[in-house]
Amino acid sequence: MSFKDHILSSFIALENEVDTNSYVHHIRNEALNDFEQLGIPQRRDEAYKYTSLKSLFNKEYVLFPKKETSISYEDIKKYLVHQIDAYRVIFIDGIYSSHLSQTTHDKFDVCLMSSALNNPKYAAVIEKYYNRLATKDGLTSLNTAFAKEGAYLHINKNIAVEKPIEIVYFSTGNEAQLMTQPRNLVVVGENSQVQVIERHQSLSDNAVLTNSVTEIYAAKKSLVDWYKIQNDDLSASLIDHTFVAQQDHSEVRMHTFSFGGKLTRNNLSFYQRGERCNSVLNGVTIIEGKQHVDHSTLVHHTAPNCESFQEYKQIFDERAVGVFNGKVLVDKIAQKINAYQQNNNILVSDTSTINAKPQLEIFADDVRCSHGCTIGQLDDEALFYMQARGIPKKEARALLMFAFANSVLESVKIPEIKSRITKLIAMKLGVEIGFDL
Amino acid sequence: MLKIKDLKATIEGKEILSGINLEVKAGEVHAIMGPNGAGKSTLANIIAGREEYEITGGEISLEGEDITELDPEERAHRGVFLSFQYPVEIPGVSVTNFMKTAINETRKAQGKDDMSAKDMLQMIREKSEMLEIDRKFLSRSLNEGFSGGEKKRNEIFQMAMLEPKLAILDETDSGLDIDALRIVANGVNKLRNKDNATIVITHYQRLLDYIVPDFVHVLHNGRIVKSGGKELALELEKRGYDWIKEEIEA
Repeated sequence: MSFKDHILSSFIALENEVDTNSYVHHIRNEALNDFEQLGIPQRRDEAYKYTSLKSLFNKEYVLFPKKETSISYEDIKKYLVHQIDAYRVIFIDGIYSSHLSQTTHDKFDVCLMSSALNNPKYAAVIEKYYNRLATKDGLTSLNTAFAKEGAYLHINKNIAVEKPIEIVYFSTGNEAQLMTQPRNLVVVGENSQVQVIERHQSLSDNAVLTNSVTEIYAAKKSLVDWYKIQNDDLSASLIDHTFVAQQDHSEVRMHTFSFGGKLTRNNLSFYQRGERCNSVLNGVTIIEGKQHVDHSTLVHHTAPNCESFQEYKQIFDERAVGVFNGKVLVDKIAQKINAYQQNNNILVSDTSTINAKPQLEIFADDVRCSHGCTIGQLDDEALFYMQARGIPKKEARALLMFAFANSVLESVKIPEIKSRITKLIAMKLGVEIGFDL
Repeated sequence: MLKIKDLKATIEGKEILSGINLEVKAGEVHAIMGPNGAGKSTLANIIAGREEYEITGGEISLEGEDITELDPEERAHRGVFLSFQYPVEIPGVSVTNFMKTAINETRKAQGKDDMSAKDMLQMIREKSEMLEIDRKFLSRSLNEGFSGGEKKRNEIFQMAMLEPKLAILDETDSGLDIDALRIVANGVNKLRNKDNATIVITHYQRLLDYIVPDFVHVLHNGRIVKSGGKELALELEKRGYDWIKEEIEA
């Protein structure tokens, strides 16, 4: 059975479980039609020229795991930022785990998508925001057709959420091949602030494919600080689509740390819809072996006097492949914007690859747009200098690589996340040095 | 301390050292002088373990141990220190953290525990005062944006922190004004004792007014062609190198 046929028959199975007369199911039906027409992106599509999804979609994935699996807090503790108090929305094989989660409805909603989709109380918000930002492309539509669970965050006006919100999707490996379609909706009200940590983690080496969609709405003067920690098992792949819409004076800061996983595709799209908003897209990628990480970013400036700042630092060893496709689109009306894009890469081995493609489309005439891309190697002079001071080669290399990536880490606002990322980098580079630069 | 026997080295097939013999004992200061391209910096780099050069003959030993095949860090752990002619800029790594890593990696290799933060800070305070280094420098990225003089002073600061047995100062005087030269030379002199040794590589006699050598060697075409006491440096200053070249050819 082809992947498409498999999807169609799975959709029939889905319809036995959900309310087929609901507003959301109407959207699902449309999305399924879109998917049927668009299909899985191919190499001949410009956006996927350097990332082949072929090896991911030749499997017959289970879309709905048969049984619910419970796992204990101790099993997963290490994947959480457990040192700090946090709201938690945790899913196991795509199913919400109430005993591992800590949600709230007190002053704002940190809960699950299924309850938001099914509870009439939320109908107005769902109609206003759900799938209004997500684009119609094959994989986003596939998610929309099947999505029924995820995190739902709705922060009303004038609230600074006092602790971070952790959204974690675990896969147990109970199915040999599992595909999940997480769907998150985040609405942050005027003058509110929130910090979010997002992670997808497989607990076995069975194949997992996650096709995730997140829509984030940042109202006037809101502040969203988001951390994607991608350190999954090498059997797991992730295709992420994150859409961000910003209103006047809002600031959204997205950090993507990609260390693990087999294939990771990050589609990150920012739409600036109000004046004086600021978008920050930061990333650190450190991969080796046959890992593949693709960052495809879009910042669409549709209003004047805004800023966007992108900084991606990437290190590739062995046969790892990276793609950076950064697009900045400036509409004619978007005068006096300042758009900055920087993409620096280190190829540690002769066999690693980076495909870098900055794309600037500017229709306004009074703007500042700058972009820079570098591809280099570790500096032998610096290595010898450090060795001559007694720092062994491996540690010297690690220190140089860490120093290279450090400018991105400096923008991490949660100290525990920063120290966690630092440890992950040390582990990734195989050294035991503290890096407290 | 250091014994070099008939050392020959090439880079990309070109011979740069053609049989160097040198013995440096504990407590001594040796100056190596010579015209441009004589192989002075090559010798310094080879003693420190630079891999770009191919050693085609001879041996380097430190305190009786053959170190010819050791990695640069292994030599550093045994007490070899090279003050670079051109210190490398390392963005993103602060002077303090670099020193902390260097000291603790050396201690690790010597089977010792990490130095406590308190002791480290105390040591940094003492040594930076000795070299009149502004404390603000220590939190800046290593050598990044430092002036030539600041870089050299920072090299000697690192030497003071690491307390090597054998210090090789490669053109440490270049880029220094007279005040900085005095501070750096004072630092080097304070670090001298009966158990360590110093090799000073320089073009000019000037530095040797401050760091007074026990022996002076002239390197020419990859060989030590003349050795003598500190008066040899003065003679070179006065007469240049040509008379030595003539002496050899005669």
